[in-house]
Amino acid sequence: MTRKDIAVALLLTVLCAVVALASPQFLSVANLQNVGRLVGTYGIFSIGVGLVIISGGIDLSVGSICALLGVLLSMMLVEWHWPPTVAVAAALAIGACLGAVHGVLITRLRLQPFIVTLCGLLLYRGAARYIARDATKGFGAGEGFEWVRTIAAGSLGGVPMPFVLLAIVGVGAWLLLHRSVFGRHLVAIGRNEEAARYAGVRTQAVVTWAYVISGTLTAVSAIIIAFYTNSISPASHGNFYELYAIAAAVVGGCSLRGGEGSIVGIVMGAALLQVIRNLVNLLDIPSSLDFAVMGGVILVGAIADRLVAQRSRRTEP
Amino acid sequence: MRAVAKRFPGVVALDQVNFDVARSEIVGLVGENGAGKSTLMKILAGIHRPDAGEILIGGAPVTIDGPGDAARLGVAVIHQELEMIDTLDVAGNIFLGREPRRVGPLRLLDRRRMEQLAIQLLARIGAAIEPRTIVGRLSTAQQQLVAIARALSFDARILILDEPTASLGSDDAARLFRVLAEVRTRGTAIVYVSHRLAEIEAIADRAVVLRDGRNAGTLARGEIRRDRLVHLMVGRALESEYASSLPASRAPATSPRTPRLQIDRVRTSRYPRVEVSLTVYRGEVLGIAGLIGAGRSELAEAVCGIGPRLSGNVLLDGMPAAIASPRDAIRQGLCLVPQDRRGRGVVRGMSVRENITLPNLSAFARLGLVNRRAESMAARAITTTLTVKMPSLEASIDTLSGGNQQKVVLGRWLALKPRAIVFDEPTQGVDVGARADIHRLIRRLADEGTAVVLISSDLQEIVAECDRVAVMHDGRVTGVLERPDCTPQAIMRLAVA
Repeated sequence: MTRKDIAVALLLTVLCAVVALASPQFLSVANLQNVGRLVGTYGIFSIGVGLVIISGGIDLSVGSICALLGVLLSMMLVEWHWPPTVAVAAALAIGACLGAVHGVLITRLRLQPFIVTLCGLLLYRGAARYIARDATKGFGAGEGFEWVRTIAAGSLGGVPMPFVLLAIVGVGAWLLLHRSVFGRHLVAIGRNEEAARYAGVRTQAVVTWAYVISGTLTAVSAIIIAFYTNSISPASHGNFYELYAIAAAVVGGCSLRGGEGSIVGIVMGAALLQVIRNLVNLLDIPSSLDFAVMGGVILVGAIADRLVAQRSRRTEP
Repeated sequence: MRAVAKRFPGVVALDQVNFDVARSEIVGLVGENGAGKSTLMKILAGIHRPDAGEILIGGAPVTIDGPGDAARLGVAVIHQELEMIDTLDVAGNIFLGREPRRVGPLRLLDRRRMEQLAIQLLARIGAAIEPRTIVGRLSTAQQQLVAIARALSFDARILILDEPTASLGSDDAARLFRVLAEVRTRGTAIVYVSHRLAEIEAIADRAVVLRDGRNAGTLARGEIRRDRLVHLMVGRALESEYASSLPASRAPATSPRTPRLQIDRVRTSRYPRVEVSLTVYRGEVLGIAGLIGAGRSELAEAVCGIGPRLSGNVLLDGMPAAIASPRDAIRQGLCLVPQDRRGRGVVRGMSVRENITLPNLSAFARLGLVNRRAESMAARAITTTLTVKMPSLEASIDTLSGGNQQKVVLGRWLALKPRAIVFDEPTQGVDVGARADIHRLIRRLADEGTAVVLISSDLQEIVAECDRVAVMHDGRVTGVLERPDCTPQAIMRLAVA
């Protein structure tokens, strides 16, 4: 674990302790399950966005993809009666394709990731609203695709499925980022794309794949969220998810300039955000302060990190 | 500066170092990379604070807590990487942050006064540059003069120049020396930090040598000679900076010369109307000389798949090689060590091990996952062969000196056993000891049969290290000299043709 990972772990532990002391209900099984579910859901797409950030880019389209896929999933299963396996596969495929489109625009046309994914954010949300004709979609009672709902919203031995899925994705992502050739190339590109190119790294392919992974993981989260909420309002479903992802990545130690970050850090960052939300709930803090509290904690964390870094920089050559 | 000491975690950078420079004096500061000269100058410039010792300016002790203090005390630094705003004009850059303003409530910029003052400053140093020119359009040499003008506008009493001629041709360097002489007569004290010992010989009034963080000696004007400087820097007399100074030590061309790398009518995007053809034989070192802007780097990049190649072929061992990307080139055994080490060579922030194995990672990977131990062993083997001085294999490459970083960048390609390798200015900004190591490596690669291309602006390096020399001018090859005809004069004549 790097210094940053330890710092985030510390912050998370302290926060959990604070919440537990302030409200013993935090440690109740029901509450932990709920938090676990949210951490799992948000954590999966945060990992995807984190990988993109490490490559030196950014992905703002996460929330809108969730809205679009939520709408499509509902229509595929409830209105068009597609077999659930096909519907799920289609959703994942769409997520991957959208990611691929982002990747190609960014690497071949050299467009800025911010712009490409910002347009994605707007386009996909618009598409979702249009396809659904602004009607709220749902899954009703869920006949015919109970197993999908169980996988998305159920539990495995008391542990919420999304959390289990996060564990699986997390291990896979850890191997990918920290132990594989692809991961090393990704970090090198984030640090210095020119030097990586001169060293023979296939920069375009690697970056494109990062966006494909992000799109696919977003699709996974989209499926989970759609079933969990069972109510997808195209205009607002998935709002601000990209900010959660970016915040989780940054709190977890990713630098927005690229080349730095760890999977463990991202997951802990996502957990931190959900614990804060839980805190706001349990302590009866008005939910309107939800974002304010999150912003405050992240800011304090960022400042603390910078101060520590400056202290050690002063002694470096 | 008296008895200055500075420690960083794990290394004593300076130990009881004394340094002084007087008004109207040019002092050359030399030492191997890691000897402490940049640390010493950074202390003077306010970037670091010394752990011990004192600094006196004009006889009075001063404390320099930051670059602001240094500037106020009249210390100005011209860095190797000139920090100019490319999109702003000359006058704007000179007065950045202190622009003269008009009287009045809005305090608007007083452009006319700014330009007038800029003209005066530039005239003082004899630089014929229009104040309205956008800095991005100026050559490096001209930008440097703007930097000096800026320093003077601060009434700099002490001017520090760090490797000022690293990217200058000989004409520009000569002009710089004239400017420095002019600045000196006006009373400024000048510290000239450089690896180019010939220049120190030429312009320094005194030379101060640092070695391993301590004073190693001072030479007065009459005593400054290259071999004496080298002796003090390294602590022993180096046979020569160059691996071989005797023409006879290279295998004569009696052995059959098989072409290894053939450049066949290649056109680059910089000189689209010029076709370049060159042949590099197995086991030879072909130098490519020329002035800056002759198109040598562009040619290298076009051949190795990095830059655009408008037309023409590249043949390896007689077979046409399809090269559309650096990866293609590497896969076929053709490697390039690029010129801009900081921008294109080193991946900063990554460890030495990671930097070395970057092009070749899949060799240590199974199912896509990297075997750390195999990777570390291979990386260690290379750093040992090249005698890279580093805290450890896992240390960030930023902690290595320029010369050692360059060795790491070179080492990357060794494991791949390339058929042909192109070096673009491999010893730029590298100290004498590392330079000799790199030359030895180049010699060894050639002896093992690799075709080596050495692009260099250092005429003596070219003459000493190469079997043949191709000279370029404005994108064309103006001539290829065989060993007996390789003299600096002959090369120069072809370079300005």
